[in-house]
Amino acid sequence: MSELAALFQGFAVVLDPFNLLLICVGITLGVLIGVLPGLGGANGVAILLPLTFSMSPTSAIIMLSCIYWGALFGGAITSILFNIPGEPWSVATTFDGYPMAQQGQAGEALTAAFTSSFFGAFVAVIMITFVAPLVANFALQFGPPEFFAVQFLAFASFIGMGRGSPFKIITSMMIGFALAAVGIDTVTGQLRLTFGSIEMLRGFEFLVAVIGLFGIGEILLTMEEGLAFKGKSATINLKVVVQTWKILPRYWITSIRSSLIGCWMGVTPAGATPASFMSYGVAKRFSRNGERFGTGQIEGVVAPETAAHAAGTAALLPMITLGIPGSPTAAVLLSGLLIWGLQPGPLLFVEQPDFVWGLIASMYIGNIFGLIIVLTTVPFFAAILRVPFSIIAPIILVICAIGAYTVNNAAFDITLMLIFGVVGYVFKKLDYPLAPLVLALVLGDMAESSFRQAMLLSQGSVSIFWSNALVGTIFGLGVLMLFWPLIQWAWGRVRVAKPA
Amino acid sequence: MQDKSTANVNRGPSTGAIEIIVAALLIGFGVVVMWDSARIGAGWASDGPRAGYFPFYIGSIIAAASAVTLAQAIAGARRRDKKHTAVFVTLPKLRLVLSVLIPTAVFVLVIPFLGIYVPAAIFICLFMWRLGGYPFRKSIPVALGMPIVSFVTFEKWFLVPLPKGPLEAMLGY
Repeated sequence: MSELAALFQGFAVVLDPFNLLLICVGITLGVLIGVLPGLGGANGVAILLPLTFSMSPTSAIIMLSCIYWGALFGGAITSILFNIPGEPWSVATTFDGYPMAQQGQAGEALTAAFTSSFFGAFVAVIMITFVAPLVANFALQFGPPEFFAVQFLAFASFIGMGRGSPFKIITSMMIGFALAAVGIDTVTGQLRLTFGSIEMLRGFEFLVAVIGLFGIGEILLTMEEGLAFKGKSATINLKVVVQTWKILPRYWITSIRSSLIGCWMGVTPAGATPASFMSYGVAKRFSRNGERFGTGQIEGVVAPETAAHAAGTAALLPMITLGIPGSPTAAVLLSGLLIWGLQPGPLLFVEQPDFVWGLIASMYIGNIFGLIIVLTTVPFFAAILRVPFSIIAPIILVICAIGAYTVNNAAFDITLMLIFGVVGYVFKKLDYPLAPLVLALVLGDMAESSFRQAMLLSQGSVSIFWSNALVGTIFGLGVLMLFWPLIQWAWGRVRVAKPA
Repeated sequence: MQDKSTANVNRGPSTGAIEIIVAALLIGFGVVVMWDSARIGAGWASDGPRAGYFPFYIGSIIAAASAVTLAQAIAGARRRDKKHTAVFVTLPKLRLVLSVLIPTAVFVLVIPFLGIYVPAAIFICLFMWRLGGYPFRKSIPVALGMPIVSFVTFEKWFLVPLPKGPLEAMLGY
């Protein structure tokens, strides 16, 4: 199969000493980021992105995606040892992971978490290897109307599958679009929403918004809990690892099921967080020990971790094939691609095969290296968390400020970062979801230009969106998703009205 | 003796009040977006939408959706809904958050004038001293260490320039 040949080509690109070094550095940085509060996956990748400007795009994306891996692994460490989820998708890991640590089984829990993550990511990478070229081929038939329809579907599914008030989801998303519109309009060259300010001419830089919303906002939230991190200690030695590995194969059904849940949810913009919760819930229902979930069942760690990693990895599939990121961190990687002048989408496979297959090959290697590195360095990272918050917090804030500045060499961006931080804090507390905002901010310009190009093709007629079966289906699905909450609400009222 | 701190522990602005304020602000934001879009032209030109078309409708959706949220928040507050009467942030927690936010704001505002290295050192030092209770002899090494490490990493290694102020200018950078 040509995919395997291309994959081996990718391996050849990756197995270069510099790139291998980048993989190790990337994973270590990533775990560090995943472990520290305020430097989450999206934020950490955003801060480190400008540092990669001097590298070739292939090396850069390899390092950044390994940082992403590392952060995925790292989130489990704080969940299990400190009952603090390092990432939103590690929340479900705390349910059984922390009880296990409390019972002195921290080493087993960590090993189970890392190995499950490895397995989930591995399944997802295999899926990407074989499915991505198919999707890319298929997407080569896409024109502007189809692209806009896909983007519309992506955003509509936030509303359809989101929890909480759909109005808040819509507001959040539209704010992202509005911010994306600030600056020079690419089609007509007019200035929009700049209010005469030179600083606003540049528009809102996506990375700055991410650092503010996810980084500063996170730290402000953490501050509410005070300044103490007290955690359980863990020793991972070879004996514990091997013992756990002997137990894990018992849960192979859970692992496979969770991987599939993760792959499916990761590809849609829903993302890794719902995948981990859903997988935990399903495992609880189907497991023999379901009632004991929550007291320290190892299966309760396997299910969410496998799903979260499978989802996190699968989120890269729509990003490289269609240009639609499946998660905020994938959105940051996407903006990196744009900065390097690469056009994500089906043509990327055709025009830059080295880049794409190098990235995919690095996912395999990064996954393996990641597992090894993370199993061996847990005590080190756990020790870092014992550094008092009053030392770590200002250092993280300074790093965020540096990160915000280096995007465009503009001090104004640091002020913007702070403003976004306050917004992120308030929004998180009021349940305004941040993921749609961030995705709208990165895709806003693209979505708008797809729309306008489609309009140019159709001479201003909106009917182009159902002019052929492909566009019509995608657009129709989007409309269905958009009104899904309304349909559910109406259905609920109808059922209540009928006395059963 | 009941001191003020225990009485304050569970008081703070209610979630409902903050919801109303935020929703109202967002309606204002939406209206501003609509107004500026209308100014540059939000209609349909001969070959497609004009520059203000998209932002105009985006602004109107923000205003409309936030109006619904506002109505829901007011209704919830009237009904004394649990979610709305719950405290948004208790005063002690708010103090903790502000104790980070305000120094950070000062730090950020000072950067254009003093560069990033000097304010960072002062920021870390003061933070460790006020909030961590560390004596100066412990906080100064860390506070100096971080900017120096950053300088070497960013300026020398990655060749990424960071804002510099009068001190660095005196030192020849």
